[in-house]
Amino acid sequence: MGVVTPEIVKHVAHLARMRVEGEALTQLAAQLDEILDYVRKLQAVATDGIEPTSHVLPLTNVQRPDAPRPSLDPGTVVALAPARSGPFLSVPKVLEA
Amino acid sequence: MPARAPSALTIHELHPLLISGQLSPAELLEDLLARIAGHNGAYGAYIDVAADQLREQLRRQLASGRRGRLFGIPITVKDNLCVAGEQTTCASKILAGFRAPYDATVIERLRQEGAVIVPRANMDEFAFGSSTENSAYGATRNPWDRQRVPGGSSGGSAAAVAADLAIGALGSDTGGSIRQPASFCNVVGLKPTYGRVSRYGLIAFASSLDQIGPLTKDVRDAAHLLSVIAGHDPMDSTSAPVEVPDYVAQLEAPVNGLRVGLPRLPEEGIEPDVRRCVEAAVQVLQRLGAAVERIELPFIDHSIETYYIVATAEASSNLARYAGVHYGLREPAEDRSSLIEMYLRTRTAGFGAEAKRRILLGTYVLSHGYYDAYYLKAMQVRTLIKRSFEQAFSRCDIVVMPTSPTAAFRLGERLTDPLQMYLSDIYTISANLAGVPAISIPCGFSSSQLPVGLQLLAAPFREELLLRLAYAYEQATEWHRRRPALEQA
Repeated sequence: MGVVTPEIVKHVAHLARMRVEGEALTQLAAQLDEILDYVRKLQAVATDGIEPTSHVLPLTNVQRPDAPRPSLDPGTVVALAPARSGPFLSVPKVLEA
Repeated sequence: MPARAPSALTIHELHPLLISGQLSPAELLEDLLARIAGHNGAYGAYIDVAADQLREQLRRQLASGRRGRLFGIPITVKDNLCVAGEQTTCASKILAGFRAPYDATVIERLRQEGAVIVPRANMDEFAFGSSTENSAYGATRNPWDRQRVPGGSSGGSAAAVAADLAIGALGSDTGGSIRQPASFCNVVGLKPTYGRVSRYGLIAFASSLDQIGPLTKDVRDAAHLLSVIAGHDPMDSTSAPVEVPDYVAQLEAPVNGLRVGLPRLPEEGIEPDVRRCVEAAVQVLQRLGAAVERIELPFIDHSIETYYIVATAEASSNLARYAGVHYGLREPAEDRSSLIEMYLRTRTAGFGAEAKRRILLGTYVLSHGYYDAYYLKAMQVRTLIKRSFEQAFSRCDIVVMPTSPTAAFRLGERLTDPLQMYLSDIYTISANLAGVPAISIPCGFSSSQLPVGLQLLAAPFREELLLRLAYAYEQATEWHRRRPALEQA
C-alpha cells in the first residue's frame, strides 16, 4: 500500500487530460492504491515465456476490398461538433504564433 | 387476443399473432408505451422514450412491407448502440445531445427483420459498473425490489425486460454486463463468442472484450434474437467469418450425454442462497441426462486482476476521443485560446467519478515504467486463462457456475467501495478474457425473494450448445415464469 501518492494521481490525471484537485486527489490515491494492491496478486503468477494475448481471435490484417462507396454525409458529421467554422471543426489555436 | 397483455408476451409468442393479424403491431406498441408511461418513473429502465418517434418508425416499417422474423416487435436497445438520428449518449454527460449519424450493424439487422427500435435503455456511464448507478441520468432500480440495484452495466435493458417494459432487449457485455443484470432481474442474458456479433456502431469500452448480446424473457427468444444479430460484418475487422447456425431449430435437440464441467471456484463472498440454487440446478441438469464432472480451471482466480488492467487500459485509450472537438460536450477555456485547457475542462466536467477512476487506472498501467509490470503481465495471464478454457472444453461441452456470487445488492451499498463493486464480476469476467460464449438463466430465488442466475459457458462459436442445455433446463423448471409485482412511482 501507499504506492500511489496524490502527486502521482495529479500527474496521471494530467496525462489523461483531466483535472483532479483537493480532497478528490487523496481519495482517488487511496482507491487506486487499494485496486492496484489487489491486482498486484498477478505478480505471483509465473509467466516466463508465455505469449501475451491482446486479442482472442486468430485474425490478422483484415481488410475490405479497396472499392469506392458512399461515405457518411460530411455535413451531418461536422454538424455534430460543438464548434464549427463552415465545413470545418473549430478548435483553439494549436501552435503559438 | 391472449389473456395476458401483449407487452407481457415473448417474441416467439407475439410473432405468430402479429403475422396472422390476431394482434396489430400498433396495439402492441401502444400497450408497451402505456406500460412504460405507468412504470418507468419508478424504475428508470429507460433514460427517455420518444413515443411519437416510435409510432412514426412503426408506420414506416409497416409501409416497407417487411414481414421478417421480428415483424412489428419493439426491441429495446442500450444507450451505447448507435441508432441513426437518435440520441446515443452512453449515459454520459460528455455525449449529451449526440445524435448518431448511422445505425449500428445490429440495429440495421433488427430493422431488416421488421423490428421497431426502442432506444435508450439506461446503463452505467460508458458501461463502467455493475449496478447502473453510474448513469448521468439517474440509477435504474430492480423490479424485484426498488431498494436494490438491477445489476449492470446493462441494468436498464434487464430491468425493462423483467418488468415487461420491453419485449426483448440488446445489451453489451465487457466483463459480465449482460449476464450479471440478467441474473439480478430473473431474465435470460447471453454474451456471444467474441467476434460472433459485429461491434460496428457499439460505442467502445474495451475493444478486445466487448460483445453485444440479447436479454430476453426466455431462452427461445435469446436464440431468436441471436439468429438475427449474429454473423460476419465487413465493417468490423474483428467480426468472425464463421457461419451462423439456426439457433432456434437446434433448441430441442437432445441434451442426454452432454458433458458438463463443474469447476472449483474462488469461494470468497459467495452467498449460501446462490450456492444452494446452483447446486439444485446442477441436479436438474443431471436428471436431464447431462454427465456432470468436477474440473479444474487454473488461473481463473486471477480473472479480476487481469480484467481490471486490460479493460481499463483499453478504456483509457478508447475514451481519449471525448475531448470536445468532434462531438458532445465542450467546455471552452476562459481565454478561449488554450487547446489543452479546453481538453482538461471538457473531460473534467463531462466524465463521472467511475469513468475518471477507470481512465486514471488505465493511464497508470500503460504509463512509462509500469507497462511491463501491469499490462504485459495481464496479457500473459490472459493467455493462461484462455488455455484453461481450451483444456476444459477438450473434456466437456459446457462449464457451469453461478453468474454472480450474490443476489442483487442494495442501492448505494458498493458505490463508495470500487473494489467491492469489481468483485461482483468475479464469475463473469473470465468468459470475456477467453472470448468464449456464456449465458445466464434464472435458477431460483434467495430467501429474500431475489432472483439467482445460473451461468453456462461453452467453447467459441458453440452458442447452440449453450442454448440447447439452457432450453432443456428452462423446460424442466418454472423460475423464468415468475414476474415481479411492480410498485407505482
